[in-house]
Amino acid sequence: MPSSNTSARVLMQGNEACAHGAIYSGCRFFGGYPITPSTEIAEGMARMLPKYGGRFIQMEDEIGSMAAIIGASAAGLKSMTATSGPGYSLMQENIGYAYMTEVPCVIVNVQRGGPSTGLPTKIGQADTMQARWGPHGDYNAIVVAPASVRECFEQTVKAFNFSERFRTPVTLLGDEVLGHMREVITVPEEGELEVISREKPDVPSEWYHHFEVTPNLVSPMAAVGDGYRYHMTGLTHDSEGFPTAKISEIKRKLDKLYYKISRFYDEIVQIDTEMTEDASICVLAYGTTARAARQAVHMAREKRIRAGLIRPITIWPFADEHIREHLAHAKKVLVVELNMGQLVNEVRRIAPRHCKVEQLNRYDGEVLNPVDIFKKILEVK
Amino acid sequence: MVEATKPEDKQTSDVTHQYLRTKKNFPNVWCPGCGIGTVMGSIIRSIDKLGYKKNEVVLVSGIGCSSRLPVYCDFNTLHTTHGRSIAFASGVKVAKPNLKVIVVTGDGDCLAIGGNHFIHACRRNIDLTVILINNQIYGMTGGQCSPATPNLAYATTAPYGNLEHNFIPVDLAKGAGASYIARSTVYHVQQMDKMIVGALQKKGFSLVEAISNCHTYYGRLNKEGDAVAMLKWMKEHAMSAKVAKNLPPEKLEGKFLTGLLWDVEKPEFCEEYEKLIQRLQK
Repeated sequence: MPSSNTSARVLMQGNEACAHGAIYSGCRFFGGYPITPSTEIAEGMARMLPKYGGRFIQMEDEIGSMAAIIGASAAGLKSMTATSGPGYSLMQENIGYAYMTEVPCVIVNVQRGGPSTGLPTKIGQADTMQARWGPHGDYNAIVVAPASVRECFEQTVKAFNFSERFRTPVTLLGDEVLGHMREVITVPEEGELEVISREKPDVPSEWYHHFEVTPNLVSPMAAVGDGYRYHMTGLTHDSEGFPTAKISEIKRKLDKLYYKISRFYDEIVQIDTEMTEDASICVLAYGTTARAARQAVHMAREKRIRAGLIRPITIWPFADEHIREHLAHAKKVLVVELNMGQLVNEVRRIAPRHCKVEQLNRYDGEVLNPVDIFKKILEVK
Repeated sequence: MVEATKPEDKQTSDVTHQYLRTKKNFPNVWCPGCGIGTVMGSIIRSIDKLGYKKNEVVLVSGIGCSSRLPVYCDFNTLHTTHGRSIAFASGVKVAKPNLKVIVVTGDGDCLAIGGNHFIHACRRNIDLTVILINNQIYGMTGGQCSPATPNLAYATTAPYGNLEHNFIPVDLAKGAGASYIARSTVYHVQQMDKMIVGALQKKGFSLVEAISNCHTYYGRLNKEGDAVAMLKWMKEHAMSAKVAKNLPPEKLEGKFLTGLLWDVEKPEFCEEYEKLIQRLQK
């Protein structure tokens, strides 16, 4: 394994890149449970973490993994876990706890086919909505989705940055093909990518409120054992962290969870586009599917069809305004997903009136190839 | 900051009050006569006796009556999800091994929904102290059957008597690999103090089972009387393990053992991990 701090060009797998990105971000705790197709991330972290003075623990299940990374993050270490469908489902309650208690952490979901045990070794993109709405209750979510091995590295760093910056769990949504795909990448040098760490309090402990509503809504965070003794609970709580049933406090808490993210929409949204300026038909896809979509768009251009590509890298919050802008002149938008239609409904919600929404879905465990998408472009253009 | 030691002549309440979050959170949620407050006092006295600083103590709990305990105490306190307190605590401990991490849990929280985390933390021999407050029933949700409810006992979800059998938590912990196991009751307060002090000092996974009373549900549904009657039952049925060693089996009929039940030395997870880091970084 190459060191994370060299600029060497190396052949790397998406899952390995994820692990290297985590180390680069300063992640020093990993709690996990083996599950296909994500296991290489845990294996990589088990190997690398102790060398960097970090700590790895294999937990008894995904519920415990999620709990352990929240505990470790509360104690001050940047923390991560990695899993796939069934494990991601098990983690949901504790992910909700992390939203509620505003503990930064990163969850990697290398998507496979579902529901239930589904297709452990095959690709799917059917956890798109779960990544936004998994835990019960109201909150806001940040989810990023890479589409190449280099992006697996970069977006893991981004996921940590978002989680530390906004004191919130962040999901990185990969997929089986991306996780196991090998590409030659240039490993970012130290300092090349921005690495953000949580803001620490600079007030005496008696003034410290763990959930203080600051002007930008994100509260500085002391670690357990730093000398700021605070209470953390999944019960709805006031700014000190103590349980409350006061109507005004309840609303204030939920507003904080929602607006601390939506207010920074422009900072969080990442979107990649190609040839949308004059496009009469835009293809919208993310992750591995977007790679085929890009190829299909180029095939269409060769046939003088004005096609363009919209690839959301930040899936949630959904890039409403950015996507709407790119659809300003398009007559059609074709949403391509490896599920029965999830993001397509988001696109329907925001598409301008003149732009008809079409969809192409596959959910048999196989990837959509460029020709499939190209044919669909010809059919609906 | 609290001084390391206290003069012996101080009132017990003077000691405990220094560790309580008196400004907020009181009155507490527990029914009058509940044993959980007694366990809280015992935990606080033990920490005080060992001279731990408030900043280095972490209380972690799950969900239930007993899991409400940390909020009243002026330590680092984490009130987490149902059954998962030991997993959360493991994360805290592995991240910062210098902290004294104590898990406060109940029989439902620890043995039913949290059973998996409990046995695996025992097996891992991670340096946590688990205080399992066993009142044999789910109190907060209103008297349902728990994995500690005895066979044939009544609960709102066992209206015709419990058809299942109860766990013996101390045996479970022993089988799973814990390194320190003790049991006491909310009647035997001084013994409980001693057991918790011993557990806190132990390097490795330690369990103190604190037998407590839920007269509101368990006592009422099983006609065991009020808090006083249930404490009396503990007084009459508890037998010190030290004393029991020298008694014939017929004298132990209907009794349960208290005191230190198991104490072995074995490598502790965080220390071993630290050694691994040192080795790899050389």
